[in-house]
Amino acid sequence: MAKYLLLKHYRGGPDRTDYGNIPMSDWTPEEVSDHIAFMNHVADDLRERGEYVDGQALSPDGTFVRYDGPGRPPVTDGPFAETKDLIAGWMVIDVDSVDRAHEAAAYLSSAPGKGGEPIQEWIEVRPFLEEPKFVTD
Amino acid sequence: MEDLLRDLSPQVLGILVRRGADFAAAEDAVQEALVEAVRRWPDELPAEPKGWLVTVAWRRFLDVRRSDVARQRRELAQVEEPPPGPTEDRDDTLLLLFLCCHPTLTPASAVALTLRAVGGLTTRQIAEAYLVPEATMAQRISRAKRTIGDVEVGTPGDLSTVLKVLYLIFNEGYTGEVDLAAEAIRLTRQLAGSSEEPEVAGLLALMLLHHARRAARFTADCTLVPLAEQDRSRWDEHAIAEGVVVLQAALARDRLGEYQAQAAIAALHADARSTAETDWPQVLEWYDELVRLTDSPVVALNRAVAVGEVDGPLAGLRAVEQVPLDVPRRTAVRAYLHERAGDRSTAHDLYVAAADQATSTAERDHLTRQAARLHD
Repeated sequence: MAKYLLLKHYRGGPDRTDYGNIPMSDWTPEEVSDHIAFMNHVADDLRERGEYVDGQALSPDGTFVRYDGPGRPPVTDGPFAETKDLIAGWMVIDVDSVDRAHEAAAYLSSAPGKGGEPIQEWIEVRPFLEEPKFVTD
Repeated sequence: MEDLLRDLSPQVLGILVRRGADFAAAEDAVQEALVEAVRRWPDELPAEPKGWLVTVAWRRFLDVRRSDVARQRRELAQVEEPPPGPTEDRDDTLLLLFLCCHPTLTPASAVALTLRAVGGLTTRQIAEAYLVPEATMAQRISRAKRTIGDVEVGTPGDLSTVLKVLYLIFNEGYTGEVDLAAEAIRLTRQLAGSSEEPEVAGLLALMLLHHARRAARFTADCTLVPLAEQDRSRWDEHAIAEGVVVLQAALARDRLGEYQAQAAIAALHADARSTAETDWPQVLEWYDELVRLTDSPVVALNRAVAVGEVDGPLAGLRAVEQVPLDVPRRTAVRAYLHERAGDRSTAHDLYVAAADQATSTAERDHLTRQAARLHD
């Protein structure tokens, strides 16, 4: 088993499909509800399979923060009105293979959007660094 | 008493399953019997604890069955009379182990079910060890139970799958409150006690010999220490001695397998006071043997390291050329061999690349330090 982080890139990532480019604010309330229900269904499905570890949705209001030397307050920047690569949320799964991780990510990306069509959002799949295995030498 | 119950519970579960109880119901019944034992045994330990548990668990199982109104009377009669068969003296832990490591299960499911049903660990402990929520682990276990629910009890299991599952458990080391490596050794020791198969002993020896080096593998702040730099006085001599005895007995049966060969290599390392004093020609011979047995590219990479020690780093690098590019740690091995050959600059760049490819933080940090050490 290996853990993977599924990063939901909302409108970022490589080329977007037409459906994926329609912002959520242009959907009907029912379409929004259907979308959210699907997200919950994906999490439930992963739970049922014994693969779910964690998941959260993120507010778009992000701020960049960094250290600025001793005794000085942190430097902040943002929020940025139009962030192309906004992380909308993430999920952590524990699965048998990288193929299964990709399958789960693709399913997450099939969530319905405008007109009930899959939004085909890009999901970035990143493996966790593991505990070192006992036998390595 | 806790240890006794932990030893007995898989045996009792095995007996119930063999008598025809389905796995999940049998497990519930055994749990209830254990609770009863914890309550009553402190006052009076039964003369035959195992028999006591079987009786109580079987009664519980039948009670549940009877209260299930949907069941036909005919079915009930069938379960109340255990089918004729061998006596119950044989080790039912073994039967359970083969069931929990059934080839129809994915490795992760087999691991979880084995730790739960044979190891007697709680779902919470297993979840902690594998860093997943308890609900997720509970689900994984119950799915595994459903999968093996269809397996006919008594059909011969696959020993190689059992050994693979035990080895997986061992390799996980420990992250939670439970020492999975020690647990794997305990289960493998049980299996070795009732199996004549030399590969079982080979696996036990391999585990013991690796386990012996555990204290030396990390510094106090969790920095990985490679074999060459380990403080060998911190190796566990008792575990090494036992591993060697177990291995010699296995090899004497003259049916070599990959676990025995790996254990032989581990024994040669354990026997040396330093890497310089290691009998590398013999290590290489065992790797040649392993290549014949497994044809694994990981073995081929490790063999290249041994070639580097016997015939020099350039010969080692030529051996690495034969190893497929996607084998983990291939770049790290090349970095090491280039450094041995005196090419610090190439070694530095390869250590940087190897750190990027590392699959654990301890390994990544180690390789990053190696790169930093060679930085001009």
